[in-house]
Order: sequence, then C-alpha cells, then structure tokens
Amino acid sequence: MDSDDDFNSSQLSDDEIMDDSDVALDDDSDFEMDQDDMGFDSQDKDIKPAKHAYEVDFKVFSPQQIQSHQDKQIEEVSNILGQPPEATAILLRHLRWNKERLIDQYMDKTEETLESAGLGESSESNPPKLEKIAGFVCDICCEDGPELDTFAMRCGHRFCLDCYRQYLFTKIKDEGEAARIRCPGEGCTRIVDSKSLDLLVSESLKDRYHELLTRTYVDDKENLRWCPAPNCVFAVECGVKDKELMKVVPTVHCDCGHYFCFGCSLNDHQPAPCSLVKKWLKKCEDDSETANWISANTKECSKCNSTIEKNGGCNHMTCRKCRHEFCWMCMGVWSEHGTSWYNCNRYEEKSGSEARDAQAKSRQSLERYLHYYNRYANHEQSAKLDKDIYLKTEKKMTQLQNTSGMSWIEVQFLDSASQALQQCRQTLKWTYAFAYYLARNNLTEIFEDNQKDLEMAVENLSEMFEKPIDQLQGLKVDMLDRTAYCTKRRIILLEDTAQNLRDGMFSFELRKS
Amino acid sequence: MALPKRIIKETERLMNEPVPGISAVPHEDNLRYFDVTIDGPSQSPYEGGLFKLELFLPDDYPMTPPKIRFLTKIYHPNIDRLGRICLDVLKSNWSPALQIRTILLSIQALLGAPNPDDPLANDVAQKWKEDQNAAIETARQWTQEHAKP
Repeated sequence: MDSDDDFNSSQLSDDEIMDDSDVALDDDSDFEMDQDDMGFDSQDKDIKPAKHAYEVDFKVFSPQQIQSHQDKQIEEVSNILGQPPEATAILLRHLRWNKERLIDQYMDKTEETLESAGLGESSESNPPKLEKIAGFVCDICCEDGPELDTFAMRCGHRFCLDCYRQYLFTKIKDEGEAARIRCPGEGCTRIVDSKSLDLLVSESLKDRYHELLTRTYVDDKENLRWCPAPNCVFAVECGVKDKELMKVVPTVHCDCGHYFCFGCSLNDHQPAPCSLVKKWLKKCEDDSETANWISANTKECSKCNSTIEKNGGCNHMTCRKCRHEFCWMCMGVWSEHGTSWYNCNRYEEKSGSEARDAQAKSRQSLERYLHYYNRYANHEQSAKLDKDIYLKTEKKMTQLQNTSGMSWIEVQFLDSASQALQQCRQTLKWTYAFAYYLARNNLTEIFEDNQKDLEMAVENLSEMFEKPIDQLQGLKVDMLDRTAYCTKRRIILLEDTAQNLRDGMFSFELRKS
Repeated sequence: MALPKRIIKETERLMNEPVPGISAVPHEDNLRYFDVTIDGPSQSPYEGGLFKLELFLPDDYPMTPPKIRFLTKIYHPNIDRLGRICLDVLKSNWSPALQIRTILLSIQALLGAPNPDDPLANDVAQKWKEDQNAAIETARQWTQEHAKP
C-alpha cells in the first residue's frame, strides 16, 4: 500500500526530529522520561522537556525583533565577507538568508556570486548620485533637456529621475516587490540596492519598502511564518520541517491569541496531520460526494438520459419525461421482456451479481464518508452555536453578578467553560477527519474510546449552557468540574494520538479520495 | 488624458521606420489601441501567413507591459485558443525600456522558435513534444486555413 511506504520512508527522519526538539530545549526542571522504546544511543536524546507530546516548541517574534535579527545577521556576515552592510543585505536576500551557503559561495567564487546578486564589479567606489547630463534622452519617457535629473546604477542604464521613481513606485506599491527589484534597463539583472533606493524613493514609500523587506525575510526563512490572523504583525518560529508533518501536528499559539498550524497556516487542526486535513477539506468541498450518491442511488433513462431514482415499486419503469418503458434491472426495453413480467432474469448470474456488488460497494463507501462527515460538520456547527452562547456569556455573567451578588471573579467560570467548549469541539471535529483516513488496528479502538469520552464530556458541558440564569449559580461547582474534565479528556486524546503518530503506530488509507 | 511623449514618439517611429514584416497602426479614436499584423517568419510552419493581433497600451505604460493578443487562429504551444501569448518579456521580464517594436519582434521570434517546455496551450505543447512533425504539419494547415493574407 502506498500509504505504508510513505510512512516508512518518513520514519528515517526520527533522529532529526529529536535533534530539533533538543535544540529548542530549555535545560531546566525535572523531565518526564520519554518512552525508551526508540532506543536512541545518547542519554540526552531521551530527555524531553515537561511538555505534552502534542505540543511543539515555538517562539513568537514582534516586527522589531525580526528587524534586529536581520540587522544582526547582516552585521555578522558583513564582517566575514568584508562587504558593506547594504551589499551584504542584498547578498543575503539573494540567497534567501542562507548564511552558510552565501559564505561558501562567496569564498568560492566571489565575482560570480556578486554578479548573480546584481552587484557586479566592485561596489566600493563612489556612492549613487543624481547627475545632469547634456544631450541625454530618457529611454522610458523620451524627455530630454540639460536640466533633467538622471540616475544610473553601475550597470550604466541611465533614466530620468521621474521615470526611475515611477518605476520603483510601481514595483513597491503595486507589485509588492522589495528585495529583488531589477534595474529598469532591458534585460539587466542588476538589483536596485538599498542605498540607491534611499536616494530615489519618497519617505512614504520607504516605510512600505522596509516593511516588504522584513516580509521577505520571514517568507524566505523556513523556520519562520507569519501569523495568519487578520492584522496580526507577529511571526512565529518553529523548528518543525515539512517532511515531518506526517508525524507531528505543530500547532502554535501566537501572541495575538490565534492558534494555528505552523505546517499549513490553517486554524489549529489537531490531531489530524496537515496532509489529511488538506485532503479532507478538498473532499468535502468537491461535490464528488453528490456524484457518488447519484451513482449509488440512481440510473439514467436509456432513452433521454434523465436521472431516475427508483423509490419503490416494480422493475417496470416508465420515464416521466419521455415515457420510455424499460426494465430497472437490465435497463433493456420493457417490451422485449415478453412474458417474464415483473421479474427480470435476462442476464446471466455472474454479470448481474458483479453489477450489484459494484453498486453496493459504492454505497458503502458513501455511507462511511457520510458517517464521518456528519459528525465533523456537526461539531463545526455546534462550535458556531457555542460561540453564539459565548458571546451571550458576557451578558449572562453581568446578569449573574446582579441577581446573585457574585463578584466578577466568581462568574469567570462561565467564560472558561465556553472557551474549553470551543477548543474541544475544534479538536473533536478534526478527530473525525482523522478517523476517516485511519486504517483499523488495535490503536484505533483506543483512539475511538478517547474520542467517545471527549465527546460525552463536551456534550455534558454544552448542555449546562442551556440552563436558565437563575440555576447557574447552583451549578457552578458542577460546571467547573465538567470544564476541567473536558480539558483533561482533550489533553489525553491529543497526547495519546500525537505519541502514536510520532512513533508511526498509525497507518492511513490515503487512497480513499 | 494627454498622450505621453513616449507613446507619441514610439508611434511616429513605427510609422516612419516600420519594422520589416510587422505593421502596427493606432486607431484614430484611441491612440493607445493598435491594429497589428505580423508576417509568419520564413523557415517556420507559419511562413506565408499574415497574423492579426490587437495591442493596447494601459494607462501606466511603459511601467507595465502592453496587452497583446492574437486575433488570428494559430496552432502554437505558447499561444492559447483565445490568442493569449506566453512570453517572458510580456510578464516578469518586462522592462520599461522595452518598446512596442521590440515586443513585436519578440513575438515574431516566438513564432520562429516555439517553446513546448513552457506551454500555454497544453494540448498543443504535448502534441509538439510527442510528434513534432505532425504538430508542425497541423500548424502549417492552420496557417493555410486561417492566416491567408
């Protein structure tokens, strides 16, 4: 099975996974010993920080921090290469911030590296400046005149200042380019360096330019990702690599409060791995299931091709549309059936049973999908409804404070309960997508048990929100208990699933489209 | 909006020193809209054909490239059914120093050297790779049929 192959091959990266998590390790506190069954040779590799198996190490960075990271790296490399910071920045951006590769390449073939980054020739001499040149005609606007300010980089492609400005404006404002803006000259690959840019563009555009430069830094770095929440300015660093994504679900928590998956930037989808999520969403989006249903439940009129669902009665069909009479079993014309009324035996046993099998199989896979989809969709829907309740919670909390004389602190349990509910529903939702692709083995039963426990806990808690306000006060302790229980069940499920996933104990039937 | 000096100069030059095998004439009521014809290059399956194109200079020309489309049906891996053209200088490699004449020359060169490895019309490109002779023959037939001068 191909899914197994995928799985085995990705197991090779085990050591790296451990390595990566060790790098980010703070060497404090007592550790829980991780299960030793993987048999790693060195002692420190067995030690994991006191965190859950479903959690990954990550760090959140503010724009200022990202900027200072860049400055630090530029300074460092600039010292090594003996190039000015502007040129170093271009070189680093050119090689997508891969320091080691840049230094290697630069030491190996300096001229070529400079050339390919658009820094050809020696870049030390005179700084960029505007010039007025007699007899100059701008190739872009065809303007001429002795008073025309002109500019050219060292490649010598000279244009008037207005055209240069407008060109950069288009590139920065409209096309969102920053790090790799080329000289406007035809076929010229020289990149406009930041000193030239500072000379040419207006103040308002500079901000945008620097913002875009910062963005390319995060985009280029494999271990950095922007938080996808609207208007969020933070970036998250996480060591999980693309090839590990079948074994880890790297959910990270941005400082803005948004939980998202570092692998695919979608909302938190634990415990299902990214690739399953992608497949599942596609499957749900496609109307292939409609087609599946149609093929399982209907046949086409052999004359006018109208789709017909047989909802009872005998095999003698009369098409509503074209009045064609045919046999539902063999699809043949009814009149040819002669005397074998209402019971078609015209086809030999084998082909008949094959056709039946094919139909039954199609129906079965459809039902299986619907089983999982309905539960997935149900939790999604319920989470939305719970969110409505969450919005009303605030009102409830004030009401509760007024009617029962409870303090603000004392009514916070409602808030935490609804938050727990949201989180658990989110997890539950994805357990169904996960389960759809899961190949059955002993572990899947444990998984299903965990799923069931969490689901019961969630429903129990959800139920309490329906109660009238005046009863809520008396239910506080109960509600607190149930909230804690929900959260606990969720952690157990995630922990268990993440561990099995990491250890390669699950296999998936990915061929199910 | 007054026509920029650049467009006026380019138009003048296109009129006064036309490129052999290429003509570009602006509409009287819209000087940014050109009727273009290109002769099929010799030694190519498009030889003997006369291809009509439309060319439009957007407001921000020459900062953005002109919009060009074939009006004559043509069998070519880098030109699709709607006449849209896949050519680097019309997209990422556009430079404001390029001109209408240079772009049209590039298109003429594209007719002489199809590039099935960077296709726009996938079916044509596949044909081109599988059986080049047959593809060239089809291109020749289409030229005969649709690109009569």
